Parts: sequence; C-alpha cells; structure tokens
Amino acid sequence: MAIPLNISNLNKVFDSRIRLGIMSALLVNDTVSYNDLKDLLQVTDGNLASHLKGLEENGFIKVQKGFVGRKTNTTYSVTKAGERAFKQHLDALEQMIRGTQQS
Amino acid sequence: MNEQQTLEALKDIRSMMDRSSRFISLSGWSGVAAGGCALVGAWFAHAIIYQGTNVPTSLRNTYESVPDSGNSTLDMFAGYSQLLLTALLTLAAALLLAFIFTWIRSRKKGIPLWGPTSRRLAFALGVPMAVGGIYMLRLMQAGAFGLIAPGCLLFYGLGLISASRYTLGEIKWLGYGQVLTGLANLFFTGYGLYFWAFGFGILHIVYGFIMWWKHERIPENA
Repeated sequence: MAIPLNISNLNKVFDSRIRLGIMSALLVNDTVSYNDLKDLLQVTDGNLASHLKGLEENGFIKVQKGFVGRKTNTTYSVTKAGERAFKQHLDALEQMIRGTQQS
Repeated sequence: MNEQQTLEALKDIRSMMDRSSRFISLSGWSGVAAGGCALVGAWFAHAIIYQGTNVPTSLRNTYESVPDSGNSTLDMFAGYSQLLLTALLTLAAALLLAFIFTWIRSRKKGIPLWGPTSRRLAFALGVPMAVGGIYMLRLMQAGAFGLIAPGCLLFYGLGLISASRYTLGEIKWLGYGQVLTGLANLFFTGYGLYFWAFGFGILHIVYGFIMWWKHERIPENA
C-alpha cells in the first residue's frame, strides 16, 4: 500500500496551509489586498508577510504597492509561473488520491 | 503526505477559493422575509387597485378601458399615489429585513458584511436593477402599465443570475424562476399583480426556505 508516485511533483513551496490559502485566493481573484488576505486567512501580520515574501521570491506572486488616501494599500496577484506551479501541485494532489483509491 | 492530509489540503483550497470570491453569508431568512414583504405589499396594492370599482377612475376600470394605450398617464388613476407609496414601502421593508438577517449571519460566521465579495455581489445585482428601475419609470410615463410587473420580474431575475457568480450559486435558480414568471406575464398583461406576487413573494419564500434547510439548519462551524 505504499504510494511511491509523484511525491516529486508536489511543490515544497506550497507545503504550508497559509501558502495554499494565499495561492487559492489569488487564483480566483484578479488581485487581493493584504488586508483582505489577512481577514480570509486569520493569521498574524508577521506570519502572513513571511509567507507572502516566500511566494514572491519564488516568482509565484507579484506585489503592487499603492495608496488609498493616505493609507498604503498593497495588493497581490498571481504570476503565470505561479499559476502553472499551483496547477501542477493540484494535479499531484489529485493523483495521490487516485493512487490511494486504486490500491 | 497521507491521504487524509491530501484531502484536507484540497478542502482548504476549495474553501479559500469560495470564501475569497463568493459572499456566502446571504441568509435564507432574508429571502423568506423579502417574500413575506412582497405578499403583504401585493395585498395592499390589490386593495388599492380594486377600491371603488364603481368609480370610473378606479385603477382597474381605467386599465380595462385604456390598456397600455400610450396616452394614459398614471395620475389619471384614483389611488395612484397610494400605489407608488406601497411599492416604495414594500421595497424598503424587504431590503431592510433582508439586510438584517444577512448581517446576523455574517456576524455569526465572522465574515465582514462589507468586503470585496459583498461589494461585487451588490454591483452585479445593483446594475441590472438600477437600469430596470429607470426603464420602468419610462414605461410608466409612456403609459405601458401592463409591462411594468413583467419588467420588474425580468430585470430582477437577470440581476440574480448575474449575481450568482458572487454568492451561493443556487440563487441563479431563483433568477431563472423570476425570468420565467416575467416572460409568462408578458403574455398575460393586466394580471401583473398576481405574477408579481408569485415571483417576488412565493418564489422568494420557497428559495429562502430551501437555502435555510440546506445551509443553516445545522449550525455550521466554518
């Protein structure tokens, strides 16, 4: 009942729940603001910022800094590379489930 | 990663996609309450329209003698201002009650009532309704009163269908129901109030009850 398949296709970058959450929200919305992400994920600033940085360094998301009045408004969107990587990750998850169901 | 973790991850992804793009706090009670308001409003409107059918300017009589002639104006009818007032009060009461129930539900779920998702929902529903409202005013000025009830149903139904991408998807069935009622009404003008009461009253209540049954009956922890 071992599952030898496709572990390699799972992307290490998406290992954390918070990163999965960020990518999921960005895939179905053109842009999501920092504050909306914080509300959605219910995480602390430090935690969210470090995960966003991680995703940005991998080239999976882009950051746009702007202002609403005087307040800074940072929004995020997914890059082409990020979309591709996330879809591969989903495919890998799907195959893992198929694999366990067949065995 | 074992199967359990994989399933958890997929569940997380799915829930995040939904929560970030759809406003899911819309309460079934909002639908039931709006439907109730519509029925009460229709009952008052019925009383106004049929009051003193022996008076020549009664709405019903005038309508039967000059249906949608294009040269009748609303102020020819007895009780027209009461009718407009009833319509406005019905709309205000329905919106207020719908808002209250949804506000209660969003507080329970800890989701802000006014966020990016509810903004998109309001826009998707509001644009067709505002355009429809202006169109109804012009119909009224043109004297085509028989087309107002079906028009309300059609524009509202299309608004719901367009809004269904931004909230619980089942609302599109309510939208199709309103559109079908409106289309049927197009061929039975003069009975608009009955179609209107069916669409805005009965369909809302049935929809609201089904939504409550499906999503709210069992207290959720999500």
